[in-house]
Amino acid sequence: MSLLKVEGLSKHYQGKHGLFDRLTGARHTVVRAVNEIDLTVEKGEILGLIGESGCGKSTLGRAILRLHEPTSGTVNFDGANVTTLDPAALKAMRRRMQIIFQDPYACLNPRRTVAEIVGLPLKLHGLAANEAEQREKVAAICARVGLKPGQIDRYPHQFSGGQRQRIGIARALISHPEFIVCDEPVSALDVSIQAQIIALLLELKREMGLTYLFISHDISVIGYLADRVAVMYMGQIVEMGPVEQILANPRHPYTQSLMSAVPEVDHSGPRKRIKLSGDLPSPLRPPTGCKFHTRCPLAVDACRSQQPDIETVGPGHTAACHRLAEKLTLLDEASA
Amino acid sequence: MKDALLEVRDLRTVFETRAGRVCAVDGVSVAVRRGECLGIVGESGSGKSVTFASVMGLVKAPGRIESGTIVFDGRDLRGLSPRQMRAVRGRDMAMTMQDALTALNPALSVGEQIAEVLEAHDETLPTRGAARRAAIRKASVEMLGLVGIPSAETRLRQYPHEFSGGMRQRIMIAIALACRPKLLIADEPTTALDVTIQAQVLELISDIRKEFGMSVALITHDLGVVAEHCDRVMVMYAGQVVEEGLTAEVIGAPKHPYTQGLLASIPRPALRGEPIHPIEGQVPDLIDLEPQCRFYSRCSQRRERCLAPIEMRAIGPAHNARCILAGEEET
Repeated sequence: MSLLKVEGLSKHYQGKHGLFDRLTGARHTVVRAVNEIDLTVEKGEILGLIGESGCGKSTLGRAILRLHEPTSGTVNFDGANVTTLDPAALKAMRRRMQIIFQDPYACLNPRRTVAEIVGLPLKLHGLAANEAEQREKVAAICARVGLKPGQIDRYPHQFSGGQRQRIGIARALISHPEFIVCDEPVSALDVSIQAQIIALLLELKREMGLTYLFISHDISVIGYLADRVAVMYMGQIVEMGPVEQILANPRHPYTQSLMSAVPEVDHSGPRKRIKLSGDLPSPLRPPTGCKFHTRCPLAVDACRSQQPDIETVGPGHTAACHRLAEKLTLLDEASA
Repeated sequence: MKDALLEVRDLRTVFETRAGRVCAVDGVSVAVRRGECLGIVGESGSGKSVTFASVMGLVKAPGRIESGTIVFDGRDLRGLSPRQMRAVRGRDMAMTMQDALTALNPALSVGEQIAEVLEAHDETLPTRGAARRAAIRKASVEMLGLVGIPSAETRLRQYPHEFSGGMRQRIMIAIALACRPKLLIADEPTTALDVTIQAQVLELISDIRKEFGMSVALITHDLGVVAEHCDRVMVMYAGQVVEEGLTAEVIGAPKHPYTQGLLASIPRPALRGEPIHPIEGQVPDLIDLEPQCRFYSRCSQRRERCLAPIEMRAIGPAHNARCILAGEEET
């Protein structure tokens, strides 16, 4: 059985509805940040969630943990329905499901020392019998993530970005969770520091038997560490499958263009690219039919009117596109 | 260097802070040739932006240029008066900033901001009246069209907040290019953008460079961007140039342990399952640095000789590295 099973999960936000709107009879605008998502995460795997800014990947991560209350759908974690838990049971569940945030500057309380920040989950869940034990556990986890013993009484501003990310990791791990949402944990870091944090996260996963939902906009990072990948576009998953499959044989035109857009050091000189015209459409007025049709070089009439169903295209590999049967690849067209 | 449009020698830019003296740029020499795209790579705090802010004369107190020469198109820029400098900046060389939303003026329409540059610098315009306004308008529409913004006529009247991130970056490029500069300094033009938009903007810069025969100094932290878009590259670390050369040479056969480490740090799908080899530690504090190699504390190949000041060494016709091991037998 999967450790995490998400079914039909949605998070919708109501737009502003002021006096003027009411008088003119304007309808509520609804942003469907996350729309009817189904996914599973197996114990011990890393599911990479990739997409551009505003596609809803962070909202999905937070809705799974109920940091944002989902609008509809269910989240099953180890057999328990997280979406219907009462506050006390949810708090207990949070010990097992944690999150590491993107911005190492904003996610730590500037008025608390590292020992207080990292020790808080122990206090909340009653995991330490006394102050001495709490301090000991904090020191142990801080040492594990690479902080020096003398540093735990300092404040967040006394640390660099990479070290702060280590503090965030220590806080997420101290309650011995089983599942962690890594919400762009390396995006704000310099290349050399990014590699340190990735190496650390992989070591910790092995040692502690963790399961990650790893959110990133960087396909190189996801391609390096994930076992499976889900590609998101405007609140929906457009393609999902084993990482080797997605990298070698991406089926959705959006996945194909995303991959061709990444500059790589192994490539020298210009290379064939799929050019996507335009920007992401406004989520307030999403396109009808397939959400990607406004930017898709392959769009036909059906794409504009009908939303494509998710189809199985290989073992564990699914995609949602009207033109899958034709097995088109944009990359061939670009190089033709 | 032959054929150099911009030649900077031994530039030192320092900031006097309460904590001490920060030498953000320490003896940097750099040349940008006519028509080439030079990539400048480094992590935050390596001095890449300050180097070019110094070239543009944009370093403000508590910072100042302590020494060095900056020769642009045959003129010594450090000898110019602020008024003469203003005439060069924006006309002959222009710079785009990383964060377009803060760099653009939120209170002026995009059209007004392009017009400002033309007003200040374009001497070919009619001197006054309706003819001048019409010429400016025509040139502005042309610029927006050039950077790929559709329906330029209407969009000129809009304000920066009405544009997306990628469009704002294009607008800044349009402003920078309004007077057809000889040198465009693009400071992290795509760092804040999504990859699909990044690809569009880099291609735009590349196309315009070829069309105008312009030189580009592309500041970035992404070696992938350098590999695909730059002719030559210069790697900076803690205020110094540590390696420079043709892109293919530097990326294909890096000689400085820092460049090697940077390349090894990039996660790649091809390396799945293999351990990643990060550079340990972090960038040193730039206050009161020791004379030794700046990379010493993080270097896997450090030795006693590295504790002396290290000079740049030539390892090829156009390939230099600041490391005692460079040019010695392979390590």
